[in-house]
Amino acid sequence: MLTVNRYKCCYCGACVGVCPTCALELVETWLEVSADCKECGICTKICPVGALEVKA
Amino acid sequence: MKCDVIIVGAGPGGSMAAKTAAEAGLDVVLLEKRQEIGDPVRCAEGVGKRALCQMVKPEPEWIASEVKGARIYSPDGRSIVMSEDKSGSEVGYVLERKVFDRGLAMLAARAGAKVMVKTRALGLLKKEGVPCGITAMRIGEPLRIEAPIIIGADGVESKVGRWAGIDTTLKLKDIESCAQFLVYDPCIDDEYTEFYLGNSIAPSGYAWSFPKGEKLANVGLGIQGSRSRPGEATRLLHEFMKSHFPNGKVVEMVVGGDPCAGIIESATADGVMLVGDAARQTDPLTGGGILNAMEAGIIAGEVAVKAITSGKVSRAGLKEYEDRWRESIGRHLARSLEFKEFFVKLTDKDLNLLFGSLAKEDISKMDLPSMLRVLFKLNPKLLWDLRHLVV
Ligand SMILES: Cc1cc2nc3c(=O)[nH]c(=O)nc-3n(C[C@H](O)[C@H](O)[C@H](O)COP(=O)(O)OP(=O)(O)OC[C@H]3O[C@@H](n4cnc5c(N)ncnc54)[C@H](O)[C@@H]3O)c2cc1C
Ligand code: SF4
Ligand code: SF4
Repeated sequence: MLTVNRYKCCYCGACVGVCPTCALELVETWLEVSADCKECGICTKICPVGALEVKA
Repeated sequence: MKCDVIIVGAGPGGSMAAKTAAEAGLDVVLLEKRQEIGDPVRCAEGVGKRALCQMVKPEPEWIASEVKGARIYSPDGRSIVMSEDKSGSEVGYVLERKVFDRGLAMLAARAGAKVMVKTRALGLLKKEGVPCGITAMRIGEPLRIEAPIIIGADGVESKVGRWAGIDTTLKLKDIESCAQFLVYDPCIDDEYTEFYLGNSIAPSGYAWSFPKGEKLANVGLGIQGSRSRPGEATRLLHEFMKSHFPNGKVVEMVVGGDPCAGIIESATADGVMLVGDAARQTDPLTGGGILNAMEAGIIAGEVAVKAITSGKVSRAGLKEYEDRWRESIGRHLARSLEFKEFFVKLTDKDLNLLFGSLAKEDISKMDLPSMLRVLFKLNPKLLWDLRHLVV
């Protein structure tokens, strides 16, 4: 499962731009993950603050 | 609700498109999902003065400071200085983007555009597969707007394009992961933008200090996504602060993704044009995207006017936008991409050699092309792959 650490996230939208399944949506300061997430982990790498993690 | 053109995103690209189309008399709606335009900032705020002034008359409050030139540091700490009028488009003004972005949206509003904040586009309305408007959420309430033309100016997230079938998803190598602090430090040079190269400072990217006056500066760095790990940009910025601004006081934090993809295959679909970061029109070498977004916005606004007047809003009808942005912005992007692809391959040793070779040359009066010619003359082997760009 992809988890968002909302205490870390700075809501920049970089992760939204790299997600191949368009599974992320930034609602102002709130990042939503949809059921389309394939847990590929691409978004976790781009996050400048390390707020995203794919957890088993 | 119905109008002629919907513009999604009130960044510099969207606001210029809205201003241009509204000035020509179109019924324009400009949507912005944030409640405050321009905030939070995702930018180092540097722009070329001349190019900016060709597009708008800047208000004094948009500008935090004006710089004399750029200083570039090699990995081993040697520096070269380029004066403002020679170093191309990336220095000149350091903006106050919170004020600037809102100022541009105000220009659109004054020209007659309807600006709607805290209004997030959710998807495209389609009639027989062709986009004919958008669905949105406005302060928690659903909203439908019909329009024959939709301009996607939705920045790095670039969803409008993807809804219209344009694949704007960025590969990790095509985006820089960035972190920046607004720093107060008495040792900041208020007169020069500074660029720091080196694979240990910012792998396949660079660190910067863009002064905002009175010893404040945007100090940040960007690293190529393919060389990033979770949280790496912020970690490297803390290191950079320790080594370069150990007494700096951080008064604001900014993070963001900066596209550096080069030219995308298509920035149009039936009824849809993409501008700015949404169309990946950022300079791949410098990461500068404000001016390109504004220029693309103006072109898209002009083409929207023609398309609405003639009724030809299909992709073929919007071809003029595609042709014009490729001719102007696209050409720069292509050249920058070649430089970038070469630059990211250089080791710190190569970079030090290049800087060292300039030690005896007077480059203070040179523009970038002449400096490259000198570099090429002195280091033909290292720079062989760039020969066609130099001559
Ligand atoms: C750290 C960093 C430093 C940078 N430094 C510089 C620099 O020094 N100089 C320079 O020229 N460029 C710089 N850039 C790039 C520059 O910030 C962008 O190129 C520029 O902002 C692009 O403008 P735009 O109008 O295309 O998009 P943006 O300014 O990103 O605006 C897009 C807008 O669309 C809104 N939006 C998104 N989705 C929706 C939706 N669904 N509905 C409604 N609204 C939506 C967003 O909230 C946003 O306000 C930097 C970028 C970063 C990340
Ligand atoms: S990249 Fe990181 S900081 Fe930016 S919106 Fe995504 S999770 Fe938040
Ligand atoms: S893990 Fe992959 S699919 Fe899931 S949100 Fe991140 S990038 Fe998208």
